[in-house]
Amino acid sequence: MSALTVTNLCKSFGGLHVTTNVNLNVEPGERRLIIGPNGAGKTTLFNLITGELTPDSGSIELLGQDITRVPSRRRAHLGMARTYQIITLFGRDTIIHNVTLALLGLSSARWNPLIDLKRQGHFVEHAQAALERVGLGNIANRPLGQTSYGERRRVEIAMALTQNPKVLLLDEPFAGLSIDERRDVHQLLLAIPRDVTIVMIEHNMDVALEFAERITLLHFGEVIVEGNRAEVVADPRTREVYLGH
Amino acid sequence: MSQRIFALLVAFVVLVTLPYWMAGVYYVNVASQILFYAIFAIGLNVLAGYGGLVSLGHAGLFGVTAYATGYMLQLGFGHTVSIIAALIVGLIAMAIYALLSLRSTGIGFIMITLALGEILWGLAYRWISLTGGDNGLSVKTRPEPFGFPLADANTFYYATLVVFLLSLAAMTIFVRSPLGAALMGTRDQPRRMTTLGYHVWAIRFYACIFSGLLTAVSAVLFVYYTQFISPQTLALTSSAEVLLMVISGGAGTLLGPIVGSALVVVVKTVVSGYIERWNFLLGAIFVAIVILMPEGLVPGSVRLWRMAWRKRERRASTLPGGAEANP
Repeated sequence: MSALTVTNLCKSFGGLHVTTNVNLNVEPGERRLIIGPNGAGKTTLFNLITGELTPDSGSIELLGQDITRVPSRRRAHLGMARTYQIITLFGRDTIIHNVTLALLGLSSARWNPLIDLKRQGHFVEHAQAALERVGLGNIANRPLGQTSYGERRRVEIAMALTQNPKVLLLDEPFAGLSIDERRDVHQLLLAIPRDVTIVMIEHNMDVALEFAERITLLHFGEVIVEGNRAEVVADPRTREVYLGH
Repeated sequence: MSQRIFALLVAFVVLVTLPYWMAGVYYVNVASQILFYAIFAIGLNVLAGYGGLVSLGHAGLFGVTAYATGYMLQLGFGHTVSIIAALIVGLIAMAIYALLSLRSTGIGFIMITLALGEILWGLAYRWISLTGGDNGLSVKTRPEPFGFPLADANTFYYATLVVFLLSLAAMTIFVRSPLGAALMGTRDQPRRMTTLGYHVWAIRFYACIFSGLLTAVSAVLFVYYTQFISPQTLALTSSAEVLLMVISGGAGTLLGPIVGSALVVVVKTVVSGYIERWNFLLGAIFVAIVILMPEGLVPGSVRLWRMAWRKRERRASTLPGGAEANP
């Protein structure tokens, strides 16, 4: 059984076909890299997989279950988590509150209007542990507004990891990071256990190529090349549309 | 922290002893008005402040509950039955509001609630057999809970105070709860909340119902206070007024709507006795608030207080420090 299967997925905005007959099969524990030039439809594909966009046709399966019509919020409960290319966090709150919201999202306590959230010890402990994992344990109570871009990237990842996803979708986790920060995030991603399947969009080829086992190249919404690292890099079409001559 | 508890304790004692030191019945009544309008503003703050959903139709909900109370009493039902029925009517009206207006957010939400409020206002004017039209409905008596006749200004004040404190406590608990945190999350990042597993629409719906409950409670107090309800209560100006209470005091804060309510009620009832153009004055105050502390009176004052405090501390530390710098 595959972790994630996408079959004949199509999506167009008016006359613009942003996703055309995309097929994707990601095995459990796999590290899959999705590359492609700007406007290739990579983030759109993620939005379709997470349910933030509805496909025109085709189907999506998560761990063998058809989720094409399952609402976005339910997909989180079924084991899917994502990070955003454009950082999407709760800017008025502290770092630990951001992570707590991620934990709370999958807990039935999220409907409770009577208990004091800050006094729920298990949430605090879990959120703190998730922050230790990404190296932000010492600044857990800092307001998000006072953190650096690199720290926010790590908060994004901590929020996704704390939900214990089976399939993790990372949308350009290295975007905008300095070399040092990139190394930190890279270490962080390498430490994610193998029971988590990772699909990653990334432009930063030196880190991304090292991380990925299989690579899918998208171009104008279509899968052009797919294969292992060496095959994709060697393929002439990759050179043509992506790597340059 | 202890400073805060002390301040709240002082406020509590001031409120409880108010009828004993206040200059007269008139001012006790003003205080009652401040308190029930504060409940109304707290109710609107659930949506406008914590949910990011600005409603311009809350006076319609307020009016529906007030009319329902008056109508039930006119039909000859007792106070308890009338109040409970009116609260249920208010909640149903809010649920309908929510079903229609939660289809959108932002400007869309404002316009739909505005339209619904105007519809209710129109009905209050035109459905004369039910509402009495321009003549309104009057409420002959006030209830006597546990043998305390609310016809007396002081007892009415205390009854309002009890309901106000309960409402404030409910709001405090809600804001600190997971559902409250989720509501604020949907205000700031609705899309992220969905991918984290939250049902954004349902969270907003529950917030609407909570807001509607507080609005309905304040409307019952209002109709017993004035013992009269007319279409004017449902007008757009009333919706705008309570929204201004929330914004001027500080949207998304616990105490802001209370301060806003005090400001508007005092200018409207007390100052209007001395200044004919009190509307102009109120407008000028709002403009000043927007310019000087756009976040509202409560958070704005806290900010200024902290700034002054820090400046004082810095001066205290630099004065002897300056001497030490040149040994």
